[in-house]
Amino acid sequence: MRAIVTVVGKDKVGIIAGVCTVLAEYNVNILDIRQTVMQDYFTMMMVTDVSGSQLPVAELAKALEEKGKEMNLSIRLQREDIFDAMHRV
Amino acid sequence: MPNIKEVLTTLDMIDKRHLDIRTITMGISLLDCCDTDIKVCAQKIYDKITRRAENLVKVGQEIEWEFGIPIVNKRISVTPISIIGNTCDTDSYVPLAIAMDEAAKTCGVNFIGGFSALVQKGCTKGDWILMDSIPEAMKATERVCSSVNVGSTRAGINMDAVAKMGKIIKETAEITADNDGLGCAKLVVFANAVEDNPFMAGAFHGVGEPECVLNVGVSGPGVVYHALQSVKGMPFDDVAETIKKTAFQITRMGQIVGVEASKRLDVPFGIVDLSLAPTPAVGDSVARILEEMGLEVCGTHGTTAALAMLNDAVKKGGVMASSHVGGLSGAFIPVSEDEGMIAAAENGTLCLDKLEAMTCVCSVGLDMIAVPGDTSASTISAIIADEAAIGMVNSKTTAVRIIPAPGKVVGDRVEMGGLLGSAPVMPVHPESSENFIARGGRIPAPLQSLKN
Repeated sequence: MRAIVTVVGKDKVGIIAGVCTVLAEYNVNILDIRQTVMQDYFTMMMVTDVSGSQLPVAELAKALEEKGKEMNLSIRLQREDIFDAMHRV
Repeated sequence: MPNIKEVLTTLDMIDKRHLDIRTITMGISLLDCCDTDIKVCAQKIYDKITRRAENLVKVGQEIEWEFGIPIVNKRISVTPISIIGNTCDTDSYVPLAIAMDEAAKTCGVNFIGGFSALVQKGCTKGDWILMDSIPEAMKATERVCSSVNVGSTRAGINMDAVAKMGKIIKETAEITADNDGLGCAKLVVFANAVEDNPFMAGAFHGVGEPECVLNVGVSGPGVVYHALQSVKGMPFDDVAETIKKTAFQITRMGQIVGVEASKRLDVPFGIVDLSLAPTPAVGDSVARILEEMGLEVCGTHGTTAALAMLNDAVKKGGVMASSHVGGLSGAFIPVSEDEGMIAAAENGTLCLDKLEAMTCVCSVGLDMIAVPGDTSASTISAIIADEAAIGMVNSKTTAVRIIPAPGKVVGDRVEMGGLLGSAPVMPVHPESSENFIARGGRIPAPLQSLKN
């Protein structure tokens, strides 16, 4: 199963490192990363494979949200199929 | 793979436009819970609901996290209790309502619907007992919702039941007077009630439904409102197209969540009910959508046309997005639950007569309306009769959920709290309908019923 991780917040050192550390910790593979910085605002989208995750997807999403609070960012993990359902016929 | 724009659009809808799954509602048949002893019946009801819905809330929460979409309510609907209670040797079904309430608390759901009777053509012994039990049941329970279907296109209108329900609504208001008649917010009178509606207070599990089923209600007035910002001043063709596209996206989200939940709960997926259900939160209002189309205040001339277009476009957008669209699907216009409606009612533009006209073209009816406490039972019955007539003739669902707030007069406000919001007390016509309601009997089914 694939999931999309989005990170939105003020740009600073170590954002990608922080997120990747959490993902690696739970054995989540990163398939693709896209990011932009607009007016100091950092926006990143990661496509991940959560099939091998040591945590259930819901718990993984909670863990990332916690990490986000710690880093003062919004970090979310959502199953990819929700976006496909909404934006693709 | 979704692109970053699509992902951010979805997040924006959730974070800023109040996009959510309004409810996942598990319908449970209680047909095997009948017993002559009401205590045994109540126990069977409690056991069956808690067994079937044991994991409903847990699964709902898991899915919320996985998809990153709030599922605001997890709810249960059951077979109309008048049918189940009919076998009981008793003159009150309040113990059955209490069993439902206890089961709802155990399962962690915030509402349970189905303290209901279907009396469009006539009343059984159980139907009369159920109606008589409503006021006490609404007082004795916290989460139980009640509904009575008094008319249909096929059967006409049961005017004896209409007269009865006027009195029951008054009694319910009086017995829950400590809370401004809050009991009436959990009681709805229908014509053409649907069997798979996931929304409260009118949800019940029809007898044509399977043993257990999962229905989903999606919402999103805020998303539609926001989408319309991009077609300011453009012709209605563009407005309708924009609403359709938005409704499609919202419904697809409901479909995926519903299918996932039904798989995990091992319960068949029923329908997606695509209803623009407002909440009292700013930015989540149906009235504001109508105003965005160019009306100064909701309720002024043009409102009915605007609502008709909205309701139709929502359905057209939603119907292709789900394998089964059902329930009430359309736009709700509850006054107390919609910040824009409250404002329009308070400034006097939105009156009861205009709301009645709007119910001809929206998905349901007169919803969450507070009227003065001294409104007579026959006037309330007459309001119900008018709504039922609209439903009967137009082959659509209509409903009345009205609160004759004890001790309140026009200009006062009734606070119900939470999603139920607050309602300004609206004036009713002072002229009597007493003799009209006193006739009783049955209004024959209209010509539209003869379709075979």
